[in-house]
Amino acid sequence: MQFWSRKNIKDYPEFWKHYLKLFDAGKNNVSLDDIRFVAFDTETTGFDYDTDRVLSIGAVAISNNAIDVSDQLEIYLDQNVFNEATVAIHGIRKHGNYDKISEFDALQLFIDYIGDAILIAHHAEFDRKMIDRALQRRGLGTLKNKILDTGVLFKNTKHSVYLSGYSNRHYSLDELCNDLKISKSDRHTASGDAYITALAFLKILSRLKKDKRVTIKDVFRLK
Amino acid sequence: MKNTIAERIQDFLKQFPPFDVLQKEELLSISSQVRVLYVEKGESIFTQDMPCHDEFYSVREGAIGLYRNVDNDQNLVDICDAGDLFGLRIMIIKKNYRMSAIADEESIVYAIPSYVFEPFIQENKEVNKFLLGTFASHARHDYTETEKGQRIDNRIAIETTKDLSALRTISYRKKPTTCSPKDTVEDIAKKMTKKNTTYTVVVNAHKHPLGILTDTDLRAKITTGLYPLTSVVTEIMNSPVITYAKKLTVAEAQIALIRHNISHLCITKDGTRNSKLIGILSDHDLLVSFGNNPSVLIKEAKKVKKLQKLRYIRRQVEKLLETYLEQDIPTPHILNIISEINVALMMRVIALSLKEMPSPPPTKFSFLVLGSQGRNEQLLLTDQDNAIVFEDVEEKEYEVTQRYFLALANKITKGFHTIGFEYCPAEMMASNPRWCMSISKWESQFRDWMTTPTQESTLLSSIFFDFQHIYGDTFMADQLSDVVFEGVHKSNRFLSLLGVSALQKPSPLGFFKQFLIEQNGEHKDTFDIKTRAMMVLIDAARILTLYHSLKGVNNTVLRYQKLGELEPNNRELFESCAKAFRVLIKFKTRQGILHNDSGRFIRLNTLDKKDKLRLKRCFRPIRDIQEVLSIRFQLKSLM
Repeated sequence: MQFWSRKNIKDYPEFWKHYLKLFDAGKNNVSLDDIRFVAFDTETTGFDYDTDRVLSIGAVAISNNAIDVSDQLEIYLDQNVFNEATVAIHGIRKHGNYDKISEFDALQLFIDYIGDAILIAHHAEFDRKMIDRALQRRGLGTLKNKILDTGVLFKNTKHSVYLSGYSNRHYSLDELCNDLKISKSDRHTASGDAYITALAFLKILSRLKKDKRVTIKDVFRLK
Repeated sequence: MKNTIAERIQDFLKQFPPFDVLQKEELLSISSQVRVLYVEKGESIFTQDMPCHDEFYSVREGAIGLYRNVDNDQNLVDICDAGDLFGLRIMIIKKNYRMSAIADEESIVYAIPSYVFEPFIQENKEVNKFLLGTFASHARHDYTETEKGQRIDNRIAIETTKDLSALRTISYRKKPTTCSPKDTVEDIAKKMTKKNTTYTVVVNAHKHPLGILTDTDLRAKITTGLYPLTSVVTEIMNSPVITYAKKLTVAEAQIALIRHNISHLCITKDGTRNSKLIGILSDHDLLVSFGNNPSVLIKEAKKVKKLQKLRYIRRQVEKLLETYLEQDIPTPHILNIISEINVALMMRVIALSLKEMPSPPPTKFSFLVLGSQGRNEQLLLTDQDNAIVFEDVEEKEYEVTQRYFLALANKITKGFHTIGFEYCPAEMMASNPRWCMSISKWESQFRDWMTTPTQESTLLSSIFFDFQHIYGDTFMADQLSDVVFEGVHKSNRFLSLLGVSALQKPSPLGFFKQFLIEQNGEHKDTFDIKTRAMMVLIDAARILTLYHSLKGVNNTVLRYQKLGELEPNNRELFESCAKAFRVLIKFKTRQGILHNDSGRFIRLNTLDKKDKLRLKRCFRPIRDIQEVLSIRFQLKSLM
């Protein structure tokens, strides 16, 4: 943190200054319906935070308890790092037929898009770190948004009786889909996974609302 | 920018009208503005009388029920499943919702903003026509409900062929009643009375319509003294009239009537006011064109291609049943109608299941329904009990053949479940290998039950011997009843054992002539009308018909009637048994509707004194018939 605070705030690009400002004033007592959530997913060249790069970002917003398809982001990044092994998973080739943009442009688009929304991702830790590293490489700070993990939320919908066998394991997005009966089309594209994550979030949320043991406040305390 | 999510939504929507007629780019731009909703079962998307949302809806997954509340009665108007549109009111009238949309099961729904879609309605005639049709088929209930007190048949509307029926051309009345603009109201009123019509169209010398005079006008303008009887018609007629050309669809007619708030449309040669009047269409004609009665329900059931629609018809049947009970229509009549429709529904499910099979059946077969369905005594939806008999095949073919019919039975029972028949908890269904066998295996099974009766086999035979063939080839069903009667003749012991089980049913009244209520369990403090009262009557009727080898009479009431003919000295008792059974089945159905269950367990505190007495009066014949059985089969010694 020492390193970042020494940096003069005026050196930041405009979009980042604007972004930081959003978190200055603390917001209190916003009702669930007023909150903008953004479900997002990244496809990467691999799983190493230092050497691997983000290839695409998919994101879609949830407001008023509905997925708002008009409020979405789908971007493909131009990266020099390339990993043959993961092409099979995400299907993004090095010279594929997409409109690719630079990492910096992508970050700016993404930061502008998310604003102060509450982020939702499956195994959020990974996606957050990938974005954070990319930001840091540009001399910027890390994401300031609150982040919810559908994997963690889902575990909390399970009755404690069943939890003993599950407590220490991760639910994959596929398992989540099976349990919540979500169709798995477009798995392994950033946008497809973001959409599935958003749908899963809506379903989990309504399960949690029904379950008297968990309140909405708990949802946010979970993370 | 690429938008994969919108593309997927487009892929879905393009399969369904009206989106199927749009260009790819048009639909993609609509899709990219969709909101995706998730609703839990029972959650509502909008409710009646609230202002219209500025969006309409398409079901992506699940099912949404549309309900209309009239005097605190919630009436199901339609069930929308994948691809169906609802909430279209915003696109047409922009007033408050006339219905509530409630998730029938967990559903995903696309909300399409109205302003995004509006341009396409203006530009695309096909789209326009489709939306009007869908809207009208839902709005139809506005009509039926406002006319309270009409014939019961009208209360049941069918939505099954909503798109087609709403878009079909409506037939109008030719040779409408007309008069000249110079006629007086008095002359016209006399003419209308003579012709027994509710309107007169005022036409000029070229037969062009100038105005219309209806019963309502006579009431509002003449009988109130506002105008004298001697007035000339042009003073009080409604003018101009609303005119249409003759190729008018049901949907258009309905929209026109709603929009202008009128009761009659004039049909003219070219559709304008300045051409010859050729006919008239009233709101009554429109109502009649919907054809709502049991025979139409059966006809519809025979045409339906989707199970969901059958479920809808079955729900309409429940409404019909409720109306019949309210109107105290004789029970045998109700039983007949309801089981006719049930059989039609089941036959349709079987036909649809057969179509889904990869190949036609390898042999002839008969699909049997058992128990109360077999006796045609099922009013409310209860469990399904059924079986399959197929023709004998070579030993080596047997397994393959049985596997085919089991697969078929699986589809059928699943289909029955979809339309509302619960699975049988005891697995007495054709999908159970025990109840899906060849004719000779069934024959030996039946013989087995009769020659070595055990407690289980008497129970099973009391269910299986009341079978009714509903699909396939009847000869195997006939063959099976022959086996039963043959067996009865050979072994009186079997009948005796059936009799014992009938006598063992707990008596309805206790020592102090109080109802014996259930002491514990889920149904504590209720009276089990089925086992304590109805089963005894059912069992006794079955035993006595077997005793007399009465073939082909499965229904309990009919059995008692036939028995009365055969044993004149017991005629009075049998008649009172039949009557008691009719009363009991009505009690059970009423309770079932009241509590939305099978009605088997009667909450005594919901009955008034009169009902309790009526119920008690049924118990006398029960005791007497038990006595008859006991003496005839010398059961005392066996018990």
